[in-house]
Amino acid sequence: MIGEVLLAAQGIAKHFGGVKALQDVSLTIRRGEVYGLIGPNGAGKTTFFNCMTGLYVADGGSFQFAGARLAAHAPEQVARCGIARTFQNIRLFGNMTALENVMIGRHVRTKAGVVGAMLQTRATRDEEAAIRQRAVELLHYVRIEDRADDLAKNLSYGDQRRLEIARALATEPKLLCLDEPAAGMNATETAELRELIDGIRQDGTTILLIEHDVKLVMGLCDRVAVLDYGKLIIEDVPAVVQKDQRVIEAYLGA
Amino acid sequence: MDIFFQQVINGLVQGSIYALVALGYTMVYGIMGLINFAHGEVVMIGTLVAIAVTSSLIGAGVPVAVAGLGGLAAALLVCMALGWSLERVAYRPLRGSPRLTPLITAIGMSIILQNLAMIIWGRNYLTFPPLLPKINYEFAGAHFTLVQVAIVLISAAAMSGLVFLVYRTRLGMAMRATAQNPAVASLMGVNINRVIAAAFVVGSALAAVAGVMVGSYYEIAHYQMGFMLGLKAFTAAVLGGIGNLAGAMAGGVLLGLIEALGAGYIGDLSGGFLGSHYQDIFAFIVLIVVLMFKPSGLFGEKTGERA
Repeated sequence: MIGEVLLAAQGIAKHFGGVKALQDVSLTIRRGEVYGLIGPNGAGKTTFFNCMTGLYVADGGSFQFAGARLAAHAPEQVARCGIARTFQNIRLFGNMTALENVMIGRHVRTKAGVVGAMLQTRATRDEEAAIRQRAVELLHYVRIEDRADDLAKNLSYGDQRRLEIARALATEPKLLCLDEPAAGMNATETAELRELIDGIRQDGTTILLIEHDVKLVMGLCDRVAVLDYGKLIIEDVPAVVQKDQRVIEAYLGA
Repeated sequence: MDIFFQQVINGLVQGSIYALVALGYTMVYGIMGLINFAHGEVVMIGTLVAIAVTSSLIGAGVPVAVAGLGGLAAALLVCMALGWSLERVAYRPLRGSPRLTPLITAIGMSIILQNLAMIIWGRNYLTFPPLLPKINYEFAGAHFTLVQVAIVLISAAAMSGLVFLVYRTRLGMAMRATAQNPAVASLMGVNINRVIAAAFVVGSALAAVAGVMVGSYYEIAHYQMGFMLGLKAFTAAVLGGIGNLAGAMAGGVLLGLIEALGAGYIGDLSGGFLGSHYQDIFAFIVLIVVLMFKPSGLFGEKTGERA
């Protein structure tokens, strides 16, 4: 299953004033794997995500994605290339329904324009029907189809996380980036989440997972990278990473 | 009671015009947090373009109804193009700058447009050719005209169209998503620049419709007419809760009613000291009271956090 390189980050650097949030971070994610990115709080995991998805502009280095340089000038281009993400602090469109949140995710793969929307041409209406259909399927996939017409802000915390995943999947990503999806979840919810992520992987989407829950990461990931103070200290299979002295020091303090 | 019903009818008519214009303010504010103070001038341009086109078509022997539709079409095209250009020229280059900066360019654009209109159409009042036959109706002692009926119906139709656009189409969904969180919306592939441009174009189309209605209601137009109308529509948007579509509609109608009833009774209330030409003060009393006691407006929500 695990094949060629999907994403290669080379020498990524990002600083905020004097703070070096990322220094020379290089890593490769292969097609079909679940890749874990871990590290203590403030290690730069989310900053790495933000650079990759075009929310920040990296100060150095480059990303190669699916064989081409990822030249991100705007987040919507990154989405079009096939990278989707969820957020550590859930960022749904709270005042829109669950279904609408997922439908928004279809924007990347559809094209009806302003004129079509105003004139309600046949093509526009057909496309909108297809968007709705796919969104319903995705809600079913993450098992919250019964909440389709509820406002996103009224969903339970676990369901909101699922909805974010459905919304990200709606963009048909080659790479799905999950930023601490298990944060704040109880054991049952985490187990269900793990099942969901496993299912997504089996359906052919590569996953980049940022997570604090070490058990979840070690159980789910094919390979793991560890960031500490903005530097990558190791990239290897979970069994090796778990025993690495530098990782233990990073987490427990030297 | 006659005066009461009469003023309610007048207020509804005036209020539906305010509502259409207020929607333009509120859409732009909802999506990008900017008050487009040049919006009143877009209405004015719409009225003046409609006068120019309609009058010359009538002069060329075209039937009045066709000439009126021609004027409306021209006003729509010119205003939509103007709204699009305003965003492109005056606001997009300032995206991300402090909030006061685009406010100043908005006022600048407003002055430029007024002067441009003055150069093209002159300083004098222009008469708007009557588009509809002068038919009067009477109901419960109150009088109203065909034009007034048409204004209320057309406004209602335009607003229903907008609600459909915003709540039932892909573009509308993108607008609402952008209003809630532009950064995340763009991660979903929403092109923020296009959504913002669309908000300006749609708001300006409503302004064009309002412009034609104002023109045919008062049958008179002037290059400075957009200022007071814009200010009142802004008040209506604030009254309803700026950024909220339903709020702009309700605020517009409510402001129209407050003004009309105020004008109807101000003479009695002040013992004849103030006349109905003081009606403008009501809009600003409303604005001040809302800003003092409920700045979020009737339908306004607490502003949520942004990405």
